[in-house]
Amino acid sequence: MLAYIIKRALYMVPTLVLISILVFVLIELPPGDYFESYVTALLASGERVDPQKIEFLRQHYGFDLPAYERYFKWAFGLLHGDFGYSFEYELPVRDVIGDRLYLTMIVTFFTVLFTWAVAFPIGIYSATRQYSWGDYGLTFVGLLGLATPNFLLALVMLYFAKEWFGTSIGGLYDSEYIGQPMSWGKFVSVLEHLWIPVIVIGTSGTAGMIRRVRANLLDELRRPYVTTARAKGMPEFRALMKYPFRMSLNFFIADIGGILPQVISGAEVVAIVLSLQTTGPLLISALQSQDMYLAGSFLMLLAFLTVIGVLISDIALALLDPRIRLAGGVSR
Amino acid sequence: MNVVDHPKKDGQDRASPSVEHFVSREPFDPKAIEKLTPEQEQIYLASQKRLMWWKFKRHKVAVWCGLFLAVMYAAIVFAEFLAPYSLETRDAKHIYAPPQSLRLFHDGQFVGPFVYGYKQTLDLKTLKRIYDDDTGKVEKLRFFCRGDAYRFWGMIPGNLHLVCPAERGQFFFLGADRLGRDVLSRMIYGARISLTIGLLGVAISFILGIVIGGLAGYYGGIVDLVVQRIIEVVQSLPTIPLWLALAAIMPVTWSPILVYFGITIILGMLEWTSLARAVRSKLLSLREEDYVLAARLLGAGPSRIIGRHLIPGFMSHLIASATITIPTMILGETALSFLGLGLRSPIVSWGVLLNEAQNINVVALYPWLMWPVAPVILVILAFNFFGDGLRDAADPYA
Repeated sequence: MLAYIIKRALYMVPTLVLISILVFVLIELPPGDYFESYVTALLASGERVDPQKIEFLRQHYGFDLPAYERYFKWAFGLLHGDFGYSFEYELPVRDVIGDRLYLTMIVTFFTVLFTWAVAFPIGIYSATRQYSWGDYGLTFVGLLGLATPNFLLALVMLYFAKEWFGTSIGGLYDSEYIGQPMSWGKFVSVLEHLWIPVIVIGTSGTAGMIRRVRANLLDELRRPYVTTARAKGMPEFRALMKYPFRMSLNFFIADIGGILPQVISGAEVVAIVLSLQTTGPLLISALQSQDMYLAGSFLMLLAFLTVIGVLISDIALALLDPRIRLAGGVSR
Repeated sequence: MNVVDHPKKDGQDRASPSVEHFVSREPFDPKAIEKLTPEQEQIYLASQKRLMWWKFKRHKVAVWCGLFLAVMYAAIVFAEFLAPYSLETRDAKHIYAPPQSLRLFHDGQFVGPFVYGYKQTLDLKTLKRIYDDDTGKVEKLRFFCRGDAYRFWGMIPGNLHLVCPAERGQFFFLGADRLGRDVLSRMIYGARISLTIGLLGVAISFILGIVIGGLAGYYGGIVDLVVQRIIEVVQSLPTIPLWLALAAIMPVTWSPILVYFGITIILGMLEWTSLARAVRSKLLSLREEDYVLAARLLGAGPSRIIGRHLIPGFMSHLIASATITIPTMILGETALSFLGLGLRSPIVSWGVLLNEAQNINVVALYPWLMWPVAPVILVILAFNFFGDGLRDAADPYA
């Protein structure tokens, strides 16, 4: 088991290196750099620009170096937990990110839980009553969730929550906790605000999950061992729970890797509409103002989050399913 | 059947001579058993395409969704004719006018399709314009009429419309926006961009998927390993942040049409992975077939073997799975444009239109500005069902 975990963890290294190169290329690609847009912005607002200061800043942050040197600087910084410097906020990226990453993780975690809680019973119901009205109806509802753009759903829910419950649900915690370190009170406040983004993001992922659970369980239900169980007179519910259900549970955990990128990207867009204090709104503003280290670090951290999530799901799967452990392969 | 019908014989029967040996008097036809009834013949000798069509027809929902999509795509060809107003017509007197309902009867009398005119008052406290139906003004709609001038596909000038408002009247079936532009007309024009962006994006990811997946599957070994890694990396990245980053690369100075192509390329660049995977796994199984060996022995090169012998074997599967990725692209474009990183006016897509519905005031005061979401939802649902039907039909022997 340990050998499998180590092997699987080592697999992550080339993936992460590739991702970091990709991200660096991405943030390097836009023509010009932050200072150029900074200077134009200053000139536009009628302020004087000291070219020497700009030149000094450029040198200080290594903008005169060739690209690959800057990449190595950045990548080694990442390894030490130094994410570079945000020009827009004039703060180290790490301070700008603050607890936004944790909040993103909390939102993602609960969204995955929500997706499971919805997709699992519906998937089982649809599979056991294939081609019934319930099957069609529930699949349709799931698809409707997939087809509705997240951001608009968020907006409409924001409005109705205000109309019906009188709560302001923009943001992820009450305004008195802004800038406060994480505390019990803040945590409770986060939980109170969490349900809207979780539902909104969750709806888009459930349809796919329902579909896959259904297909998977249908395959299992056609296996001879189910027929045997039935032939022996096992009650239908027990015949379902004993093996087919457990088999589809494996798949459920394996599917985290599939839905995690989707959930994270959904969370970014919804966060912008609902002005959640997660990574989304900062990422988009950083991208627009070419605050490259901030944007790059965000992209890198989001990708890292996904890769770690997939790793955890693979390890959990190996714990559950001895076949994977013994084959020693990667599950996906 | 005129098969020789031997009576059942076992040891005992043979022993007793009383049982007569039966011989059929019909002429012997060794192929008789292989003969098919006309119905069977129709099924067994049907071409693959025909079988697929039969299988597809059985999925009723998919057929209807396919028809719906066909109508939508046909509509974008005649957008100028179908829209009651032109794209940029502004009615400064009817800013944020609510939708007018279509009526047939006035005072219990049939007058044909018409709308009531607007009665406008200004709320002096909030300075909001309040519109009411003016039941005195019956504005009959005109059909096949001369209205706003346009250039058909930007080239041929014309002014014929399917439906126009009455002379000096209005017809805002889905309301008007902040500049007094007709939401319905803009939606019809927006369909042109929103619907084609999905197709173009899929075409790009289709080509990428076939080429990259084909190389990996055919060569195997180190090429396969590298491609597998790359696919894993791309798939493990959250798409929307990546789309955002790619969209941010496009300079603001680009012309709208360049931005349009830029967006399609961006959408296509991240969606090829699932197709490449499908191609690869199919190729890995198909390349062991005898006919591939035969082709190789006859001296065919890899590109000919892949293109001529392997790809036709799973093309239908590919098309089906490509159909299912179109909704992702349409949603992606909508999200990008909504956030202001995708298309910008003067190009109109459903996402650009929804950009107007960006704050909560709109939901509260002018909910009709959210109408463009309706075609988005319908088209995505239709593509999903249509794709399901295609996928079932792609394997007609199952």
